[in-house]
Amino acid sequence: MSLGKDILQGDRRALARALTLVENQMPEADEIVREVFGHTGRAIVVGITGAPGVGKSTLVDRLTGHFLSLGRQVGVLAVDPSSPFSGGALLGDRVRMEGRGSVVFMRSLAARGHLGGLARATPRAIQLLEAAGKDLILLETVGAGQSEVDVMGYADTTVVVVVPGLGDDVQAFKAGILEIGDVFVVNKADRPGADQTMRELRQMLSLGPRKAWQPPVLAAKAQSGEGIEEIAAAVLQHKDSAERNPEVGTRHVREAERFLRQALADQLVAHAVARAKAAGRWESLVEDVARRRKDPVWAAKELEGGEERE
Amino acid sequence: MTETSDAEATRPIRVLVGKPGLDGHDRGAKVVARALRDAGMEVIYTGLHQTPEEIVEAALQEDVDVVGLSILSGAHNTLVPRVLELLRQQGMEDVRVMVGGIVPEEDAAELRRLGVVAVFGPGTETEEIVRFTRSCARGA
Ligand code: B12
Ligand SMILES: Nc1nc2c(ncn2[C@@H]2O[C@H](COP(=O)(O)OP(=O)(O)OP(=O)(O)O)[C@@H](O)[C@H]2O)c(=O)[nH]1
Ligand SMILES: [Mg+2]
Repeated sequence: MSLGKDILQGDRRALARALTLVENQMPEADEIVREVFGHTGRAIVVGITGAPGVGKSTLVDRLTGHFLSLGRQVGVLAVDPSSPFSGGALLGDRVRMEGRGSVVFMRSLAARGHLGGLARATPRAIQLLEAAGKDLILLETVGAGQSEVDVMGYADTTVVVVVPGLGDDVQAFKAGILEIGDVFVVNKADRPGADQTMRELRQMLSLGPRKAWQPPVLAAKAQSGEGIEEIAAAVLQHKDSAERNPEVGTRHVREAERFLRQALADQLVAHAVARAKAAGRWESLVEDVARRRKDPVWAAKELEGGEERE
Repeated sequence: MTETSDAEATRPIRVLVGKPGLDGHDRGAKVVARALRDAGMEVIYTGLHQTPEEIVEAALQEDVDVVGLSILSGAHNTLVPRVLELLRQQGMEDVRVMVGGIVPEEDAAELRRLGVVAVFGPGTETEEIVRFTRSCARGA
């Protein structure tokens, strides 16, 4: 029995279990990812980000319905913050999802202390969904402020959601969140001030350098389902544009080097720590750093130098 | 670091808290969901008006250790056996099911006989629920 093969055959329970192994960073996860990696990289990954409560989950639900009607196999990943005190998390994004049975696979991920608006397991979770045959993945970030911009590194297209009436709008459109958007959505357009927010947003975007892809600004009423088709169309257009324009670039180019660096860093660190422990040097170095006798960079260099001499 | 806190950090208990049926009393479910979160668990809250089918599919996809059902409508005698049956159909007998809300004692006894691990009524201390959830998830 191999979880990887079961996932490739579309076994949902195997997929769910593998996601847990990946989240918990269990050694078995490495095997599973190795088994399925050749079948990954095929989905369109759409990131949905924006401040808490702007309607990301509602939008994800409506986009799910729309992409299903286009014949897509939809997977959903929704990340929520973990409590820094207890480590627990309340994962509530399912509340907005309409029941669609087993047609849609949705997984809630706790950020588990990972910064940047996503969970550490996100890239592997995407790969597992792809291996299970999902060809369109909606990725909801934690309610993001200004620095939770990791999503652009993992998504083909990043949708930034804002709402009218945030008071000082310029505040809401600070750098970071403005730069990562491929598509902008002014949600809750049933509320007053939507036109003004759209105008201001367009103006802010027009100040930037002219790029091969100019991010559209679209109005939506996610709750009643208005504007969903336009958002979906813009997402697919952006994907086409990325494929035709090397300047826009697909996520595969962006992520391949990062995957490799991350994997290498993990392995080198694990190896170095294990060696230092075996040589009985780890505890004393930690102690030295804790007592401020050595700074961490120096301690790390000493460890590396020590290994070279061996 | 103790055994439990280590497990808690690397392998948090995942619990689904769901409200099957048409009952709109969601205070208890929210109180329990919060208490479990504050005890370090990852709690998937599904919201109101879920069918047993939806709850079991969510439990499958989220790979939870425990399913908690909150029912104050009196419909527990039909909803809970259905959830248990669907879990069995999916081969998910290892997932523990607990129930909270308004359940008369004779019904609670029957639900336990069918496989529910515990039934909690009004006024239960959340500490007790946390303790129980942790022991039945880790003891599985
Ligand atoms: C507040 C309340 C309401 C509020 C609900 C607000 C809300 N958003 O939740 C309102 C006013 C809306 C309401 C409406 C109704 N209510 Co009312 N309501 C109550 C009341 C007074 C308290 C419930 C409550 O919130 N308790 C506080 C929470 C914290 O306690 P709890 O839910 O019991 O949860 C605890 C445990 O049960 C357990 N638990 C609960 N869930 C879970 C889940 C898990 C996983 C676990 C482990 C444990 C657990 O742990 C919690 C902590 O101890 C109860 C009476 C009572 N004393 O219980 C009646 C009661 C539940 N309501 C009742 C009725 C009949 C109704 C109505 C039908 C009245 C009507 N005719 O219109 C409507 C129906 C509404 C609907 N759509 O379903 C009846 C139900 C009778 C029955 N089941 O046989 C009750 C019992 C009153 C009575 N004695 O008749 N109600
Ligand atoms: N008026 C109005 N309300 C909406 C609209 N879309 C969503 N909402 C409401 O906004 C609230 C938050 O919606 P969610 O979809 O949960 O928002 P979210 O961004 O996912 O929230 P977090 O995940 O907590 O950051 C809910 O009460 C929705 O019903 C809309 O178009 N108009
Ligand atoms: Mg949400």
